[in-house]
Amino acid sequence: MKSDRVEIAHLMRRAGFGATPSQLDTLTKEKTYDEIVDDLVNLERFPEVDQSYIERYYGGEPVAVYVGKWLFRMINTERPLEEKMALFLHHIYPVAWGKSEHGPSIFAQINMFRRVGLTNFRTILLELSRDPAMIFWLDNNENHKDEVNENYGRELLELFSMGIGNYTEDDIKSASRAFTGWTFSQPLPLYPMGHHMASFEFRSDDHDEGEKTFLGHTGNLNGEDIIDIIVKEPATARFISRHLYNFFVEDEPQVPSWAIEPPKNQEAIDRLSEVFLESEGDMRAVLKELFSSEFFKQSLDRKKVKSPAELVAGVLRQTGEFSSPKPGIHNFAAAATMMGQNLLNPPTVEGWHTGHEWIDSGTLSERVNFAENQFKDASKPGVQEILRRAGSLDEDPDGLVTRCLDLMGGVRVSDDTHRSLVDYARQLKVMGDTRKGDNDQEPVDVLNLLQMIVSTVDYQFA
Amino acid sequence: MSTKSDDRVLVVVQLTGGNDFMNTIVPYNSEHYYDARKKIVINPDEVLPINDELGINKHAAPLKRLYDEGKMAIIQGIGYPNSNRSHFRGMDIWHTCEPDRVGLEGWLGQAVRELDPRAENVLTGVNIGRGLPRAMAVPGVPVTSIGDIESYGVLTDVERAHLRDRAVESFKNIYGQAIGTGPVAEYIGQTGIDILKGADLLSDVAANYESPIEYADNSIAKSLRDVARVHLAGLGTRVFYTNHIGYDHHANEMKDHPRLLNEISGAVADFLDDLEHHGAGDNVAVLVFTEFGRRMKDNGSGTDHGSGGGAFLFGNNVEGGLYAEYPPLDPSKWENGEDLIHTIDYRGIYGTVLEQWINVEARPIVRGEYEQIRPFKA
Repeated sequence: MKSDRVEIAHLMRRAGFGATPSQLDTLTKEKTYDEIVDDLVNLERFPEVDQSYIERYYGGEPVAVYVGKWLFRMINTERPLEEKMALFLHHIYPVAWGKSEHGPSIFAQINMFRRVGLTNFRTILLELSRDPAMIFWLDNNENHKDEVNENYGRELLELFSMGIGNYTEDDIKSASRAFTGWTFSQPLPLYPMGHHMASFEFRSDDHDEGEKTFLGHTGNLNGEDIIDIIVKEPATARFISRHLYNFFVEDEPQVPSWAIEPPKNQEAIDRLSEVFLESEGDMRAVLKELFSSEFFKQSLDRKKVKSPAELVAGVLRQTGEFSSPKPGIHNFAAAATMMGQNLLNPPTVEGWHTGHEWIDSGTLSERVNFAENQFKDASKPGVQEILRRAGSLDEDPDGLVTRCLDLMGGVRVSDDTHRSLVDYARQLKVMGDTRKGDNDQEPVDVLNLLQMIVSTVDYQFA
Repeated sequence: MSTKSDDRVLVVVQLTGGNDFMNTIVPYNSEHYYDARKKIVINPDEVLPINDELGINKHAAPLKRLYDEGKMAIIQGIGYPNSNRSHFRGMDIWHTCEPDRVGLEGWLGQAVRELDPRAENVLTGVNIGRGLPRAMAVPGVPVTSIGDIESYGVLTDVERAHLRDRAVESFKNIYGQAIGTGPVAEYIGQTGIDILKGADLLSDVAANYESPIEYADNSIAKSLRDVARVHLAGLGTRVFYTNHIGYDHHANEMKDHPRLLNEISGAVADFLDDLEHHGAGDNVAVLVFTEFGRRMKDNGSGTDHGSGGGAFLFGNNVEGGLYAEYPPLDPSKWENGEDLIHTIDYRGIYGTVLEQWINVEARPIVRGEYEQIRPFKA
């Protein structure tokens, strides 16, 4: 073994959507932890999921189809961090299908996130500001030379880069003026031509060429100048580092409170910010630092509540039902929605409240029922493999529970939960024995134990 | 029509995004309004006048009926000093009554704690919808959040009864043990236990409901129908919460706002009619609020975040009419030269419903004394 199974399972859950048992076997046998981190950030070493294959297989216009395509990628990608960064950017730069001139432009935005997620932060903000879906979502197409609309300018500073308290209302006005004329063109009408992706357009006749002062810089500033200033601000480094920490390591309080509540781990944020500033916002450098750090390795137990996307993609990856395209994956868009995460349709420009706010009585019942239901069918390839390797209820229940937890992606449970699962395994065995030979009764087996594992408190954590 | 305060019910509906109060209750005789609003404007022939100055947007016609029946109080100019234009801080402030720091305790969650201090009924506070709004969240106070009444519960598809009993028992053990093992695990553990309790109570609600009222097919109508179903089941719920999303009209306001007004007004009217049909409306009051108003001037296709919004109260025991003052529209009186000023603090409105309707002391929840109105019948 070149690396530790528990550590790698943790890494693959956070940097991706979890590892299958055979993937864990291969990784731990062939590579060290640092080599795996290096592979994660250097995603070009691995082939992309064949997009044309997905497009051919999953067609149609409803938003659920697009969510299905994305879920398929989350489950099957050989570049898990690429997909996780796209999800990260969707969390912090949320744009909703519900307010879009043409819904699929939001999927095009996710493709853009995938492309830029592991580049540098300047590229990310620039592409974001030129993205038609974002422009429409925050009304920058209504931001005119003679009629300034502050929506994008405000959120760019408050939610997308620096965080509240690091700029003035006048800075917002200047930033908004600098982005006048940043709009998009849609070449063909929606009907009857269908969807045609819009493209960014800079209209110099609608751009405010006047002098502006932004964060102490004065001149005829354009949007690009604003971004150049923003990415060098230590406040930006801290804000983005905290976002990364919140998404990959440990739940922080909700974003609106960040100006007031200190980070859970100030040292970690300082370290990530340092790397961010030194590397001029190189996301690979920052993420490599994050995944290699002690604070990441120690964030194993109950530090982060799984988002619905992580839960759904994680379970589907384990069950293996969609390891090749087959119908029905779009149904899982609704599952995540019921758990409180309507992918491609975040509730507001602030995105989703995360951490324990994913959980309430309604969403927790959805989570439990979804996961348990996915493990009901023993014929799914991933479930088959787990069952084949786990053994039967006749074996020592303690060892059986331990094996099941490992095979389900290195699930971590508390000692109390472990004991309860062992107890449940014993009860299942007794029930199974009393039913042997009774053909009217469905068999009781290890499958029921798997269902209980995914229903636990512990399984709600990433 | 007097009711005992100990069985009165408060239903709170949040219009998420910042409703444009001026285009809802329209000052159709004000030249200042028409000077400020060029494109995002409701013309005099598009209002249903309630007096010589104000009219209800015609897309909210059911509100006119409720107003005429004396069941609707319009609270004008609701807001707070130095209104925060960020939605998120804005909504947080409304939810927690803490303008200067981030509060963790929602105002209605605190009310639920007062109404049911020993947390004896997991349904004392009920949110209809997905995700628990901050207003209802207080650590340690169980509030049930119902996405779908018909399938509420856990492990519901373990069909074999005997196995299901075992499974639920094991679930109960695992979730129960998490209590006391750290704040988030404890919270999840307690939520799991509460689901089991709530599911027992809610199991017959949908099947036992019958009504001649046909609610429209939109999210707020469905949500208020669910409020009616749970209320009519008599499970002891005292505070309901639900929301109607989509009011953030920086653009496209003239297209979307009429639809929203149509949905919310129809849903509230159907809800009140439903309760009336069942003779169960006297002890229910509905508060409809939003986190801020919109800017005085439009931006050409919509309105940016502003202050000075409005709220509404509905019910058989509400004394219909106008409350507080409509914010002055004269540009010389605008706040910061661009916003409506508020004429009554939202915390006074919370105080009003807390103290005068559900009999909960307001001061510790709203953190101070704020002017209240008298919108309930004696």
